[in-house]
Amino acid sequence: MSSSLLRTTPLLRAGLRARAAKPLAAMATTSFTRGKATLPDLPYDYGALEPYISGQIMELHHSKHHQTYVNGFNAAVEALAEAEAKGDSKAAASQAPLLNFHGGGHVNHSLFWENLAPNGKGGGGEPEGKLLTAINQDFGSFENLKKQTNAALAGIQGSGWAWIVKDKASGNLTLVTRANQDPVTGNFEPLLGIDAWEHAYYLQYQNRKAEYFSAIWDVINWGTVAKRFGQ
Amino acid sequence: MSIGTFSLPALPYDYDALEPSISEEIMKLHHGKHHQAYVTNLNNALKTYSTAITDNDVPSQIALQAAIKFNGGGHINHSLFWKNLSPSSSADANPTSAPTLTAEIDKTWGSLDGFKEAMGKALLGLQGSGWGWLVKDGNTLRIVTTKDQDPVVGGEVPILGIDMWEHAYYLQYYNGKAAYVENIWKVINWATAEERFKGDREDAFKILKAAL
Repeated sequence: MSSSLLRTTPLLRAGLRARAAKPLAAMATTSFTRGKATLPDLPYDYGALEPYISGQIMELHHSKHHQTYVNGFNAAVEALAEAEAKGDSKAAASQAPLLNFHGGGHVNHSLFWENLAPNGKGGGGEPEGKLLTAINQDFGSFENLKKQTNAALAGIQGSGWAWIVKDKASGNLTLVTRANQDPVTGNFEPLLGIDAWEHAYYLQYQNRKAEYFSAIWDVINWGTVAKRFGQ
Repeated sequence: MSIGTFSLPALPYDYDALEPSISEEIMKLHHGKHHQAYVTNLNNALKTYSTAITDNDVPSQIALQAAIKFNGGGHINHSLFWKNLSPSSSADANPTSAPTLTAEIDKTWGSLDGFKEAMGKALLGLQGSGWGWLVKDGNTLRIVTTKDQDPVVGGEVPILGIDMWEHAYYLQYYNGKAAYVENIWKVINWATAEERFKGDREDAFKILKAAL
């Protein structure tokens, strides 16, 4: 697969920002105003994370899987708005699982892409500064953080994610897992997410998921994590 | 307390026998690696559980239940799954091999196509890893989905299970899971489904005892 054909525009990373779906005049005729979620461009080429994550995986994961969550989320938001407009509470409530699943899928993947970077070009290496101090304090060491995260990832029963999060109340770092596409919400600020769905690694690692969990540390963008941590 | 050790049941057909619906590579990994891992981890969990019982260690017994459910479920589900698949060239893959069951399906969903449509919708609606099942609940046929490796152990008789974990189709179908669902109908073992429909829960699960 030629990675030059798969070039993405690094400047357009606005997927989580709302984009007006219709001209203003058209929107004025509806009882609600909103934008549609869009697929954010990757901040690197599809092949840029090789050999740790293959270009084929990245292309499918981003352009097919993430796109499906974006579409599903927009459809659920629309169905919810229609139900609300009709005063149909039952139909509105029935959208909740779809909003959580597709909205979570969109949020999680948007955070994930920015958590990754090509090895040696922002990816891999070790966390620094205040982030490293916090890691040492809350996990004992960086090695220990990786070990605990890999154990948590291996222990996920089914599809899901592992996250290094910041507890908003205490400021402490902690490790959590989420089933399927459940997003990290509430008192936790997500800093680093690792996708443990089979589609994230299967074409390259098949059932050997421990090898994927071990390899992904070589493409973790600690700059993003530090920024989210508030460094 | 003595416990049995489960072993991986042999496939009732060759790894490439379900092609082109399910590729040889998928079947090899799915049976030889994934199912084997559930068997290995179930045996380990049961062994530790047995010690926890001997030691009257209730907290450990409770802590082990998630691993037993997940790996035991994985073993049960896959054991049922292999048996309800068949090479498409076999007479077993023809729905006429299940006259009693298909008559009941017609009564419930209008037609076999009506059932396939309803089952397909349930399978594609799963959020994350899981299974879709045709079950007999008393005298009623129902479609249920179970998450991850949760087995159908609530009193229903599992008749037909379809694995919707990504490892069941990804190497061949990628994100195109609708095509996997469409093609798996060509390799359903209707003779097995008929047998399970006529039997009870004990009959459906006898394969597990045989794998001890």
